[in-house]
Amino acid sequence: MRPLILKDIDDLIIGSLGIVAFISFFVGGVVAIQTSLNMTSPLMPKYLVGFATRQSIILEFAPTFISIIMAGKVGSFITSSIGTMRVTEQIDALEVMGINAINYLVFPKFIALTLYPFVISIAMFLGILGGLMACVYGGYGTMEDYVEGVQLDFIPFHFIYAFIKTFVFAFLLATIPSYYGYFMKGGALEVGKASTTSFVWTSVLIILVNFLLTSILLG
Amino acid sequence: MIEVKDLKKSFGDTQILKGITTSFEKGKTNLVIGQSGSGKTVFLKCLLGLFEYESGSISYEGKNFSKLSRDEKTNLRSEMGMVFQGSALFDSMTIAENVMFPLRMFTKQSKSEMEDRVDEVLKRVNLDDAHKKMPSEASGGMQKRVAIARAIVNRPKYLFCDEPNSGLDPRTAIIIDNLIQEITEEFNITTVVNTHDMNSVMEIGEKIVFLKNGLLEWEGSSETIFRTDNEAVTNFVYSSELFRKVRKMYLEESD
Ligand SMILES: Nc1ncnc2c1ncn2[C@@H]1O[C@H](COP(=O)(O)OP(=O)(O)OP(=O)(O)O)[C@@H](O)[C@H]1O
Ligand SMILES: [Mg+2]
Repeated sequence: MRPLILKDIDDLIIGSLGIVAFISFFVGGVVAIQTSLNMTSPLMPKYLVGFATRQSIILEFAPTFISIIMAGKVGSFITSSIGTMRVTEQIDALEVMGINAINYLVFPKFIALTLYPFVISIAMFLGILGGLMACVYGGYGTMEDYVEGVQLDFIPFHFIYAFIKTFVFAFLLATIPSYYGYFMKGGALEVGKASTTSFVWTSVLIILVNFLLTSILLG
Repeated sequence: MIEVKDLKKSFGDTQILKGITTSFEKGKTNLVIGQSGSGKTVFLKCLLGLFEYESGSISYEGKNFSKLSRDEKTNLRSEMGMVFQGSALFDSMTIAENVMFPLRMFTKQSKSEMEDRVDEVLKRVNLDDAHKKMPSEASGGMQKRVAIARAIVNRPKYLFCDEPNSGLDPRTAIIIDNLIQEITEEFNITTVVNTHDMNSVMEIGEKIVFLKNGLLEWEGSSETIFRTDNEAVTNFVYSSELFRKVRKMYLEESD
């Protein structure tokens, strides 16, 4: 089992860091710019940019938006790799050897995705950092104001809320794509279709569950 | 010994197997022949328990497979080797790792013991220097041979091969056929081979089962297949001029 888990950590977690870092950094920057452009009243305090960026990144962007991207990247990878094993009879081969294929293929992905909060933490950090860079180097505010905003009114429960969502999304990211891969029928063309369907359903569920969890935890 | 009684299997509304009764003896190479689409693969997958079937029974040494407990099934499966029609090699593993896989799963051998055994079987299928290749880097014929090596590495009691020599050159095909037959005799195992290779039919078919339209149309051996006047069989087996000549010579010789 160990080599399988390590391989899945590599494929699912390490392999996603690059794209997650890139997107978080620049979206963080855009959020900061948009906030400051929309603060037309001179009465609004300057630290609001940092505050608003932090809130949107931690509460929604990092856990939810990144998970939708991961549904595309990790989700379709899981569906197509398990689906290919199904159509090329590799899953049959495992079963003939008396190996529980679901266990063998899906369990390591679950374990690997328990590291998913780590990815989201990086997204949070880089998103806020991107905001800072855009703010300071774009001439929208000073570093002191931004940092003050980031530290303002810090509510620990927001973090808990964000990581509860992250864990639930990690679960969805492991199960739905595995389901579509494992139970697929047909050939190579169907592998592609299954990946698309799995992406659609994973993202729909992430959005719905996000709505539910937000209503329950913050409402 | 594998006994099949009145096996019926459908997909949706189409019945693929319409009640097949036959048996496969130990120490014999049993062939299942029939046209493409006649249900050979489905039949084999039912034997292996990969497909559920509506009715009928399949028993191994008198024990009904579908009535076995989970552990008993796992035990029985550790004694089975299967060569899939498309090879079904694990594409994330090297060729050597593929062959070693059943040993890792079912035995407690040391790494070097397993490596020795892998070398031995890879040599037997004429692949001494392909250990480190990935399946995607191997030709179709090589993949087939790796699949055979993987199926026999743990010394199975039951060997199932779905068209083991399709896509192989004639020489390798004969080597594979002989290998299957040798192993069957040497270790006294029960072997079931799906094929439409007439060479195999004539060379290694100790028992031959002919499927047509989901039914068992004819049963016999490589001897009796020369003498049968079952039209479906003769149309299928002797569809080429060459094999009609072979048959004629055989009959003249043996008269
Ligand atoms: N999983 C499946 N779902 C639905 N139909 C199937 C499935 N597998 C096989 N069939 C159908 O069962 C029939 C028999 O197929 P099978 O693969 O057993 O043929 P075969 O005798 O092995 O042919 P070939 O010599 O070409 O391999 C075909 O009509 C096929 O379409
Ligand atoms: Mg077939």
